[in-house]
Amino acid sequence: MDELQNLFHGFGVAATLPNLGFMLIGITLGVLIGVLPGLGGANGVAILLPLTFSMNPTSAIIMLSCIYWGALFGGAITSILFNIPGEPWSVATTFDGYPMAQQGRAAQALTAAFTSSFVGAMFAVLLITFTAPLLAKFALEFGPAEFFAVQLLTFSSFVGMSKEPPAKTIAAMMLGFALAAVGMDTVTGQLRMTYGVPELLKGFGFLIAVIGLFGIGEILLTMEEGLAFKGKSARIDFKVVWRTWGELITHWRLFLRSTAVGCWMGITPGGATPASFMSYGMARRMSRDPQSFGKGRIEGVVAPETAAHAAGTSALLPMLTLGIPGSPTAAVLLGGLLIWGLQPGPMLFIEQKEFVWGLIASMYIGNIVGLIVVLTTVPWWAAILRIPFSIIGPVIIVICAIGAYTVNNSMFDVVMMLVFGVMGYLFKKLKYPLAPMVLALVLGDMAEASFRQAMLISQGSMSIFWSNPLVGSIAGLAIAMLVWPLWGAAKSLARQRELRMGR
Amino acid sequence: MRSASEDEVADPVGVRWPELGVALLLMALGILVITDSNRVGTGWGDDGPRAGYFPFYIGLSLLLSSGWVAVRQLLRWGVHERFAERGQLRSVWAILWPMAIYVGLIFPLGIYVASALLIAWFMLRHGKHAVALTVAVALGVPLFFFVVFERWFLVALPKGPLETLLGF
Repeated sequence: MDELQNLFHGFGVAATLPNLGFMLIGITLGVLIGVLPGLGGANGVAILLPLTFSMNPTSAIIMLSCIYWGALFGGAITSILFNIPGEPWSVATTFDGYPMAQQGRAAQALTAAFTSSFVGAMFAVLLITFTAPLLAKFALEFGPAEFFAVQLLTFSSFVGMSKEPPAKTIAAMMLGFALAAVGMDTVTGQLRMTYGVPELLKGFGFLIAVIGLFGIGEILLTMEEGLAFKGKSARIDFKVVWRTWGELITHWRLFLRSTAVGCWMGITPGGATPASFMSYGMARRMSRDPQSFGKGRIEGVVAPETAAHAAGTSALLPMLTLGIPGSPTAAVLLGGLLIWGLQPGPMLFIEQKEFVWGLIASMYIGNIVGLIVVLTTVPWWAAILRIPFSIIGPVIIVICAIGAYTVNNSMFDVVMMLVFGVMGYLFKKLKYPLAPMVLALVLGDMAEASFRQAMLISQGSMSIFWSNPLVGSIAGLAIAMLVWPLWGAAKSLARQRELRMGR
Repeated sequence: MRSASEDEVADPVGVRWPELGVALLLMALGILVITDSNRVGTGWGDDGPRAGYFPFYIGLSLLLSSGWVAVRQLLRWGVHERFAERGQLRSVWAILWPMAIYVGLIFPLGIYVASALLIAWFMLRHGKHAVALTVAVALGVPLFFFVVFERWFLVALPKGPLETLLGF
């Protein structure tokens, strides 16, 4: 059991006093970010990333990943108490969580949500602990062609699986790739698409894009909905916690199913949001009494929260082992690794053992700390939400501006943040997905580099992508994902024709 | 100007103009990428693929996919779908333009003074908060960030004449 030994070593790294302190700060900031509208996991981590440049990478990633856990926990609080999903992945939690709060069962709903989040995350961490080293060992055999094929698979699965129209998914993704290509070409040193603007030499920072798209864009959306926070207050006392835990144990099958959905969606880049909806839908369909869902069923809280947290956590598995993030927040964390000079991917498990296992161990501790923090501090977070948006709104704008500025100490970035913000609003309204765009922006350079290396090896022949069974099957799967929407379109076309013929 | 039918009470703004506008913008960006890739070379150089090899196909896919969106929108021009209510767009605009002015003001005034102005304006105009509370928050928040960034993390943020006057 090599993994266990490594893991124990990791606990030694993670459980030092300063690191535990960073965890506590991270979780608290994360819950705050999750609770506030306009700040979420991805842009919250992006804003705080520059502050960690001077920290040692292990402590930095422990803090940043704890912000992520905190944000996952925090989203549930607003959903249940205020019927306002703080994060997109907690939309499904509002369906049954808010009715429960209205019936005076807020404490029970919150306990169920936090516990489910915790269980989902724990299963995902276990999955990471035991499969990450294997996957990394497997990925060590990868050459540039295999890497490009995996990246292609990542991006084509967005096209194949997302609910948004495929043309828009491709457009958003290609925009991300195009923005990533701006600036100096790393191979030839030529300037690309700068059109004489000196600020573009560095290219577009993905952190700026994330802060603009998710932060400012979200503020604009919040304004449009004209939110007024009117919520239930909540206190959780431990008798309720015990009783709820007792009830939750009887739903163990639901937990397992939701975790499986979450882990699958997290590893493939489906992400936490579709995972939560899928899990909620499954719980309702498989329930003996589907009609009662949406009226305050505890299962309706358990299913989406377990899946969202499992997905959010397992999104780190492909990020660590293959260098391919499974979610926008994981993409931001990956960007952080690159900035700290760590190359994500299979070599990380050999060269940076301490870092990797410290991080994995911190996932266990961080989630336990997170559960305790949220269970004990709910009333305060609920109080923060009563601050009117006319105060919170401008403060969040200020935070975003500071975050954008500190990435490169450049005012051009702050202006770009605004542009990305408007774009984020328009894209959200017009149903262009943002996640593939951010992922393309982060992975663009890497994907291009592996594509060019593969082309160099094969002297420009595409046949390298089916030159051996491994790369061939990955590439084949990618193509299948890409044409999947066509299959769906053909089916609906055929059905339409049948209808017309029938008439 | 925008497609809203007069007889509807809610007075929504149609989705077709924004949809077409964004698609056309993306197409224009795609063309920009393609032309520049052609400039640096899309073919095969002495030492392997040239700098425009990969971006060329990116630009092409961007042009094709957004072109598809644009054509689809033009084909179903008569179908009315809602983008947002006019009132909703007004409140989006109500935060968008102060935000733009805020970013513009950071250049001459520095981020702290500009932030104070943004918060104060927003609290008075939209929150109708008492002047005392407004002043307290508008001064307190930038001051807090000043201490955190300039003192604690030693990160220098843009400063203006006021900070110079105070000797920072």
